[in-house]
Amino acid sequence: MAQHNAPQVDAATGTPTTGHEWDGIQELNTPLPKWWLYLLYATIVWSIGYYVVYPSWPLATDYTKGIWNWSSRGAVTGELQDLDKMRAGSMDAISKASLADIEKDPKLLSFARALGKAAFGDNCAPCHGAGGGGAKGYPNLVDDDWLWGGSADAIHQTITYGIRSGDPKAREGSMPAFGKDGTLKKEEISAATDHVRNIAGLDKNPSPAGAKVFADNCAACHGDAGKGNLELGAPNLTDGIWLYGSDKASIVDGLTNGRGAVMPAWTGRLDPTTIKALTVFVHTLGGGGK
Amino acid sequence: MSPSPEKDTPAVDAPLYASRKQIYPQSVQGEFRKIKWTLLVVTLGIYYFLPFLRWTRGPSEPTQAVLIDLEARRFYFFFIEIWPQEVYYLTGLLVIAALALFLMNAIAGRIWCGYLCPQTVWTDLFMLVERFAEGDRRDRMRKDSQPLNLQTFSEKLLKHALWLLIAWWTGGAWVLYFADAPTLVYELVTFQAPMVAYAWIGILTFTTYTLAGFMREQVCVYMCPWPRIQAALTDEHALNVTYRLDRGEPRGSLKKMKALRASGQPAGDCVDCGQCVAVCPTGVDIRKGLQMDCIQCGLCIDACDNVMTKVGRPIRLIGYDTDINVARRAEGKPELPTRLVRPRTLVYIGMIVAGFALMAFGLATRATLGVAALHDRNPMYVQLSDGGTRNAYTVRLLNKRAEERSIAIRVENLDGARLEAAGAPAGADGVPVASVGPDQTLELRLLVSVPRDKAKSGSQRILVRATDVRTGESAKAADNFVAP
Repeated sequence: MAQHNAPQVDAATGTPTTGHEWDGIQELNTPLPKWWLYLLYATIVWSIGYYVVYPSWPLATDYTKGIWNWSSRGAVTGELQDLDKMRAGSMDAISKASLADIEKDPKLLSFARALGKAAFGDNCAPCHGAGGGGAKGYPNLVDDDWLWGGSADAIHQTITYGIRSGDPKAREGSMPAFGKDGTLKKEEISAATDHVRNIAGLDKNPSPAGAKVFADNCAACHGDAGKGNLELGAPNLTDGIWLYGSDKASIVDGLTNGRGAVMPAWTGRLDPTTIKALTVFVHTLGGGGK
Repeated sequence: MSPSPEKDTPAVDAPLYASRKQIYPQSVQGEFRKIKWTLLVVTLGIYYFLPFLRWTRGPSEPTQAVLIDLEARRFYFFFIEIWPQEVYYLTGLLVIAALALFLMNAIAGRIWCGYLCPQTVWTDLFMLVERFAEGDRRDRMRKDSQPLNLQTFSEKLLKHALWLLIAWWTGGAWVLYFADAPTLVYELVTFQAPMVAYAWIGILTFTTYTLAGFMREQVCVYMCPWPRIQAALTDEHALNVTYRLDRGEPRGSLKKMKALRASGQPAGDCVDCGQCVAVCPTGVDIRKGLQMDCIQCGLCIDACDNVMTKVGRPIRLIGYDTDINVARRAEGKPELPTRLVRPRTLVYIGMIVAGFALMAFGLATRATLGVAALHDRNPMYVQLSDGGTRNAYTVRLLNKRAEERSIAIRVENLDGARLEAAGAPAGADGVPVASVGPDQTLELRLLVSVPRDKAKSGSQRILVRATDVRTGESAKAADNFVAP
């Protein structure tokens, strides 16, 4: 046991020391206020309250739930419900307004674009890119070229029912595999390719043989001049935009094996209001036609 | 050297935790008390009533002179309106406040602590209530030493009720700075106000009641950093509340001093009556010299002056004095005049003036129109069906006027640019014109297209310019146009 001596006093300050010394330096005893100590006790009592009301102790397969039954999942759910409540007014306005009216009202437009942007990031970006820039085989939604129409209503239709998605109202029509089916011979495909590249302005030499193949096989969908047909999703072959590439090999590949990528139908997966917002977002991305 | 427990463990007889010594400040009349009452009325008056002051700004703007609108993210101060991105004005104000504190310190020590600090002002008010309910120092000491009886209990009850009332009003005034005051008052009394308002009133009621009623000088001694900083900043020319020990010592009773003086021996003016200690709100003995616990409120000056007048000695045995003069008198040298104008104060004043000038210049010349442009990251550009190139930007227009404005958007340094923006229909010359609401911002998606023959390969610097169609005021933002 320690001896009870008289307290040592620091000569310089006249303050008693605690008796602790390190390398000749002594610790002064400057007493803390009592309430400070009581605050410490109060925090200990407070912590017991935590054990009681919040999940705290791990058990073998479970944990103590606490009397408030709080969970982080529950808190998120609550916040999501609050968010829905907060958005309810604008959501309701969007569900009631027509697409054209939404785009005319700056407030609705801004809300729809924000909502659409989030939905786009969650659902569309994996194929079409985060900014809608697309990729080979996945259409760019920011440019001004549309396979099935770039009006708000056309986009709404495409998003809702998809393309070759299996939905009864889906957009149908695909590029046949002329080579694989044996409809066209290799030389005919090559000639038709030369003609297409000629009307697109990519190749200066006309191909009369190809023009004949085109008129017999392609013009039905792509039009006599190759300007395409929105009803059938047949692309305009004379503009500067090529979904699968404009080099000869790519076009030959398309003619030989056909084209027919799938866009899923989003009805049933997304609620109608979100699809509307998504439509407005895509329509105002840059490619929106009348 | 390793500590040797045998030798180094004398028991600590002094306790590690000290109980608070209850302080019973006595009331006092005098010059400094008057100054303090005046400042108390003025500062509390400003605090409690400022939210009700009105200011006309415009039809769609709030009419409250001082308003922190957290929901709309605006701060209104009379004719000044601050947006969140202009928070540097607040920084400037805080810098100036710090410099003002330093200047006060260079002139006369802890002016802030003694006269202006909310802790001091509210504590003063609470002590006034305490005296009203329970009597002055001697009464309170006597009553506290006796067991509680009906009278003392009811007095204490009255005191705490009044304290809580003031504390509640303090919290009530606080929330009025964050919403339209008359509306919120109506909502508060009809129990329609938002929960957060009641919660903040509760929190501030609690802190005011605790800090001004119970913690008092302990806030200054244990919690506040300023006494420590102040002690490091002070110099020998700064005025401080000082006991002039050269005049006061040796101290002793009036009778003894008279006898000493009669016999021609040295006798001090201090009659050791203890009045300076009795009136001190922090319970210090000013005669021990400058100390951390002293908030320099000047009440001991009043107390001592009253005593000196009674005993027929000159006043200001305790007074505002400088360290250098205390030292000079001790050495028998003549006093120096107080140097309020000296490099230190001039530098502080210069910095404060510069700070205000900078802020005033910034406020006077700041634009009421702003534009920010952000280039799409993905895709950087798109090719159009006619071979042209298009870039997309997120453009935000800021309208800091209290009226709706038509803003035309143009792009400079880009040949053949054609602009489109959803929500901003093209005006007469094909330029998109957006309508931005009063005191609002508007975000637009701006599409800039350049035909095939005009597009330059690579990235080029462009300017997005927003122009008020009516006034011609314009703002610009730099960005890039990217082509393959």
